[in-house]
Amino acid sequence: MSTTTTTPAVRVERASSPVESFLARHAAMIPSFAAVVILVLLLAGAEAFLRGDFITARNMSALLLDNAYLLILAVGMTFVILTAGIDLSVGSVMAFTGILGAQLLVSGIPVWIAVPAMLAGGAAIGLLIGVLVQYFNVQPFIASLAGLFLARGLAFVVSLSSIRVEEPGVLWLQQTRFRLGDWYLTPTGIIALLTVAVAVFVLHLTRFGRTIYAIGGNEQSARLMGLNVARTKVAAYVISGFCGGLAGLALTAYSGAGYPRNGIGTELDAIAAVVIGGTLLTGGRGYVLGSLIGVLVFGTIKTIISFMGAEQAWMQIIVGALLLLFIVVQRVIVARSERRR
Amino acid sequence: MTQIWKHRLFWPLAALITLIVVNSVARPRFLTITVRDGQLYGALIDILRNSAPLMLVALGMTIVIATRGIDLSVGAIMAVSGAVALTVIDGSNDPGNLGTVLVAVVVAVLVALVLGAWNGFLVAVLGIQPIIATLVLMLAGRGVALLITGGFITTVNSAPFSYIASGYLTVLPFAFFISVAAIAALALVERRTALGVLTEAVGINPEASRLAGVRSRGIVWGAYILSGVLAGVAGVIYASNIKAADANAAGLFIELYAILAVVLGGTSLAGGKFSIAGTVVGVLIIQTLGSTILFLGVPSAQSPVFFAVVVVVVVVVQSPRVRRALGSMTRRRPSTTAPDQERTKVAA
Amino acid sequence: MTADTDVPPIVDVPLTPDVPPIVEMRGITIRFPGVLALDHVDFVLRPGEVHSLMGENGAGKSTLIKALTGVYQVDSGSITVAGSPRTFTSTADAQAAGISTVYQEVNLCTNLTVGENVMLGHEPRRGGAIDWRATHAEAARHLQSLRLSIDPRSLLSTHSIAVQQLVAISRAMVTEAKVLILDEPTSSLDRDEVDQLFAVIRELRAAGVAILFVSHFLDQVYEISDRITVLRNGSLVGEHPIAELPRDALVTKMIGRALDDLDALSRTAHRTVDRSGEPLLRAEGVGKRGVLEPADLEIYPGEVVGLAGLLGSGRTELVRLLCGADRADAGQVAVHGTPVKMTSPRHAIDHRIAFSSEDRRGEGVVADLTVAENIVLGIQARRGWARPIRKSEQDAIVAEYVEALGVRPANPDAVVGNLSGGNQQKVLLARWLATSPELIILDEPTRGIDVGAKADIQRKVAELSAQGLAVIFISSELEEVLRLAQRIAVLRDRRKIGEVDSSETDLDGLIDYLANEGKGSAA
Repeated sequence: MSTTTTTPAVRVERASSPVESFLARHAAMIPSFAAVVILVLLLAGAEAFLRGDFITARNMSALLLDNAYLLILAVGMTFVILTAGIDLSVGSVMAFTGILGAQLLVSGIPVWIAVPAMLAGGAAIGLLIGVLVQYFNVQPFIASLAGLFLARGLAFVVSLSSIRVEEPGVLWLQQTRFRLGDWYLTPTGIIALLTVAVAVFVLHLTRFGRTIYAIGGNEQSARLMGLNVARTKVAAYVISGFCGGLAGLALTAYSGAGYPRNGIGTELDAIAAVVIGGTLLTGGRGYVLGSLIGVLVFGTIKTIISFMGAEQAWMQIIVGALLLLFIVVQRVIVARSERRR
Repeated sequence: MTQIWKHRLFWPLAALITLIVVNSVARPRFLTITVRDGQLYGALIDILRNSAPLMLVALGMTIVIATRGIDLSVGAIMAVSGAVALTVIDGSNDPGNLGTVLVAVVVAVLVALVLGAWNGFLVAVLGIQPIIATLVLMLAGRGVALLITGGFITTVNSAPFSYIASGYLTVLPFAFFISVAAIAALALVERRTALGVLTEAVGINPEASRLAGVRSRGIVWGAYILSGVLAGVAGVIYASNIKAADANAAGLFIELYAILAVVLGGTSLAGGKFSIAGTVVGVLIIQTLGSTILFLGVPSAQSPVFFAVVVVVVVVVQSPRVRRALGSMTRRRPSTTAPDQERTKVAA
Repeated sequence: MTADTDVPPIVDVPLTPDVPPIVEMRGITIRFPGVLALDHVDFVLRPGEVHSLMGENGAGKSTLIKALTGVYQVDSGSITVAGSPRTFTSTADAQAAGISTVYQEVNLCTNLTVGENVMLGHEPRRGGAIDWRATHAEAARHLQSLRLSIDPRSLLSTHSIAVQQLVAISRAMVTEAKVLILDEPTSSLDRDEVDQLFAVIRELRAAGVAILFVSHFLDQVYEISDRITVLRNGSLVGEHPIAELPRDALVTKMIGRALDDLDALSRTAHRTVDRSGEPLLRAEGVGKRGVLEPADLEIYPGEVVGLAGLLGSGRTELVRLLCGADRADAGQVAVHGTPVKMTSPRHAIDHRIAFSSEDRRGEGVVADLTVAENIVLGIQARRGWARPIRKSEQDAIVAEYVEALGVRPANPDAVVGNLSGGNQQKVLLARWLATSPELIILDEPTRGIDVGAKADIQRKVAELSAQGLAVIFISSELEEVLRLAQRIAVLRDRRKIGEVDSSETDLDGLIDYLANEGKGSAA
């Protein structure tokens, strides 16, 4: 049974309504729209519950500031998940590069060497994972698990305890506030938003980005179409590792220190944010902007919980429940589109 | 017997023996076992005792992996079961009572069973990818554990409860007997009934199994329930060891070490043939390696680097690319690993 | 691979070429572990021709195409494209040399838009960024040239497979291919769509594109082709202009003739079967949209019913619907006169119907398990895991079947994946016979196995049916079907076209029936 089982379809283009043709073009956006709806509901609900004390310039500005590192990780994770892979190493890579940078700065290495070293360290671990996945047929899960172990161990090799960062260049990233009224933006926030912008450009306006989508849609097809699958897949993991390094920088600036225990379980937060933002874990469908929304949903839930004084434990449970909801919804979408074919 | 090095347990056992030899040369006391009050003590005994939680989790993981699955939630389930047990004991009037402890353990394991069944439902019934399905509980499970303990590290002082992890049954630690019982029970069920071979059939070739009439849904579901139950027991042992429920630290990273133990034991992550003996050896390797690293004066926090190297070496050696290279060197018959399936299709 | 050909391959010298060939493959040999997939095959493709590559399953068509497109490396032989020798190491290489392929299973990305699928990797860019407006405009232009007016911005997954197939061809045109390979492009198209595709193919041919066409539909081959190359068992049988190769000659060349020693097997077909009572199985109007038109079939105890038809004719599809391996969306199956639900293989097994799939490796044996484990798998699955078969009982069953079927090596602990195809097939047969079925469905049980094993299996089928077992037997080798079956149901183009009594026909008669019966649209 190698023949495709299909229904003979009528090949007449139906004169479709604008709504239908919009859906035909943008069906993949529906989960991301759902994330926007959830975000709006969360914000509105919190605003109503807290009697207008929630959606303030201060809170909303802090939302980006507090989650800049997560946003950067989620962007890298989006690349990997779009190729139908996964990267469990990012939390540990963030810790490793953070403590590495702190150690280098404390040892008197100038910042213009230390920061590129952090980024290169992250990218190198990403490269290792990518090579294992692409050239040694290791499942992404296991390959990135090795990356997780390696980065976490290396973090402790660099230092067993936290290292304060006094370097003004790094602290500037965090302490500077570009203000507009009560709104403000820190350089870390700008870095995170720039990362998003660059990722949007790469994924939607370059052949490399489209190849990422093609691989996630059908790797075999992508190969038969003559696209460079191997290079692109490895690059996705390198990008994720690089983002891990960048997040390490952001987190170091945020906390004013490198700490080898940072980011335990953060990879799960990043995956959850990406999935909540509407990217399918099976690859090929999703948007970086969706991941931005996912991170904001994540951050908003966290803020709401701390405002309500509830247990932080609810955070994990709510995120888990949201993840489940999205997975089941995606499963239904995929099943339906398969049946349609 | 020139084929001995081809036996699937050869390499894991060789690795374990090498580790033990290196250790005993480096520190002669490694092999020393002292007797105090008719109980045995020593580095080897510690390894047997401390490996119990990982052993249980890895056994469950072996069966799940055999069905082509994976269970990421075991660490979270450990946290929940520890929290449940401690909360039951803490809430009773008589924490030192054996009956109280028994009830606590049974309730904890039952909760773990329900969590395992939930994973199985997502995978076997809803058809969600195992990694993703169990990720949900991996995330939410610790939250549930934190809620149960109220966010604190619940501590109890209960002699019968402490006995589970620290006590001795005759000459050996009680926890060791739990491991042995689990290994024996699992080996018996899998190998004396047809469950083992049906599990392998489902893992190796789901479609052929379906056409042969195997009820794979129940088999897959059962694997996740088993994994949940064993993780539950592991959680109780962990909690008993520290006499507390630590929702954040209990079972942290254990899913990763369990997967590593299974792979070290020679069970392929692609599913199918599994080896309980291999997993046992794999667990002992990990535990001994951990002990060695500690002995070398490397802070335990840095030990992941060693494990990363082990993972990379194992997966690279197992990879089709390296196998093909080795195969062409030694002129062995073509193996029937997954990438070769494409070749069999060329005739189509 | 079998060597059961008594006709030596006739290697025709290519006809006097008026144009130099665009592709010339000489002495192509490809070996896979244990299989000689292609044995010194020559193939020549000229500009402006539609050249059909014909052969049954396993003949080597796909392998030859994959050798040409860089998916497989050749072990020996040469490939010359446009006069210069080439070695392709990837599909990208082949595409760069002007060879584009459209595969049967559409190899596009359904998660992307139509336009992207057409243009992927060739998008016009402006200042480093993809110019989407130009990309979609160009895509629309290519789609238009195939008279396909669909929105290039719509998602590919919202279109039917037929449209996707045409989109794949549009993609091939973007690279301005000089050679277009169409591997079963029509398998999911209806008549109008085929006409449209053929119109496009004719235009391309007129424009000088060389087209390599593969299809199992004889009508279409005769409608569109200029020339035919026939492969069998990895060897070249011959190359012929279409006018010089009548249908039945083609079918004969594709199927070949089995060795005579099998004829020693008495023709069980001449045994009369008692068809007075209730049939064991009666199927009425069983079908599935796009897979098989509703068909009827009856089978009585002790009867062997053969299904004849070329690959893709619906013979496999029919039996899969009968035994619940796939779900039918029409029709009714009755066992012993009682209508039954048949939506999973379990149902079939519960009604003592066994189905042995044509895909021995993919859907038959469990490769990493032993011979013994594979044989008892069927019984064990019925019993459930909690009631294991006692070792002594298992040994007895395994020994019995290993002996009766002549499994080699006769070692119950041998890993099945290491056995030859014929012995794997015997293990499968043993698995099903051990469940003591009343009806056994054998889909291509003798494909790709050696002559000895083939004879063993045929003998066993004859013997069992004489004892009252009902058998549905599918084989590409019509002689085999004729020899074993009392009644033969003939299928073509996913439709059952009739039944013949095997005592009233011979091979030529059956081939004629298969090729021409009820021919409406014969060109």
